[in-house]
Amino acid sequence: MKTDDLIARLARGAGAVEPNAVARRYGTAIGWGGFAATLVMALFLGVRPDLRSAALLPMFWVKLVFPGALFAIALALAARLARPAMPLGIVARVLVIPLIVVWAMAAVELIGAPQADRAALLLGQSWNVCPFYITLLSAPIFVGAFWAMKRLAPTQLVRAGAACGLVAGGLGACIYALHCDEMSAAFLGTWYVIGMLIPTIAGAALGPKLLRW
Amino acid sequence: MTRTSSDDRNWTVEERLREHFVRGLAGDGTAYETFLRELCGHLRGYLRKRLMGMPDDIEDLVQETLIAVHSRRDTYDSGQPLTAWVHAIARYKVVDLLRVRGPRARVTEVFDEESDLFGSVDNEAALAKRDVARLLERLPERQRLPIVHTRLEGLSVAETARATGMSESAVKVGVHRGLKALASIIRGER
Repeated sequence: MKTDDLIARLARGAGAVEPNAVARRYGTAIGWGGFAATLVMALFLGVRPDLRSAALLPMFWVKLVFPGALFAIALALAARLARPAMPLGIVARVLVIPLIVVWAMAAVELIGAPQADRAALLLGQSWNVCPFYITLLSAPIFVGAFWAMKRLAPTQLVRAGAACGLVAGGLGACIYALHCDEMSAAFLGTWYVIGMLIPTIAGAALGPKLLRW
Repeated sequence: MTRTSSDDRNWTVEERLREHFVRGLAGDGTAYETFLRELCGHLRGYLRKRLMGMPDDIEDLVQETLIAVHSRRDTYDSGQPLTAWVHAIARYKVVDLLRVRGPRARVTEVFDEESDLFGSVDNEAALAKRDVARLLERLPERQRLPIVHTRLEGLSVAETARATGMSESAVKVGVHRGLKALASIIRGER
């Protein structure tokens, strides 16, 4: 087709554009993905039975806020990476803050504990399933985030994929925290981090293939 | 700090294109078409510089980038410069093409950070049209009209005669003399 004809055709079918495409797209993706993940958690894993009493403990909230913060930062990054030429600015560096806070808490906890208890703090009862479940719960959110990103305009596909993966991992870990009854910062800083890292790395690996447009 | 004249030119292009684009986003089809046409010229110039070894791909890539800009136009944030946004899309499409083509593709300065997208123009067809129109203005009516009708609009001699009220032989003579006159204007004899 001749370029002039193409332009005429594009202009003819244009019409007005709805504002906030990025926010709406991600809202839909996160909403459905998060809903599906919560459903899987509630049906197959079950909400921890002591939720009421646990909600009185600060560690319960740390376990929600830590992955929640990573989720929020990753979402901000994804929204930027979905727009061509949008600088990431300081947002990428902010990612280390929740990590540093949790690792500092873990260090204080481990140093303050007697030698014999340290392994128990680090491994808890569920270290071997935690990263797997977080990855599992992040899967529907992962699909949603990639679906949203692909329709937008990412130009750095590895980073965009990684951001999508961390969006999924962060929210997945948040939802998993409603099931998981581990209450140590060392556990959180290790196995939750690994659980969130798996979808992030998967996202970075799949980005160039799946996000091409 | 003072801006150079080339900066000034790019700045006004940015402003003008942006205004048309933003009006297009709001549903103004005419403004949007103006934007696409001007952008097309800039893209062609920009890509021609970067894909010197691959002349056949330039027009394809111009079209593909136009479609990309069009289909993802809702990702433009009104707070960012339009140049940067379009440049990132064009660069993405160039890099994507090169990845498909593999290392045999030769390219110059694909990874430039400094965007001179709106500094390059290649609207050869449009410019040529304007030049021809300007030359034709210098011919008398009885030569200009036959040339416009028969050579540019593609009418037959008989149709031209009907449209202008001239006789068929007058049309033929007009074309013949007019083209000769144009040739001498171009050679600089008048």
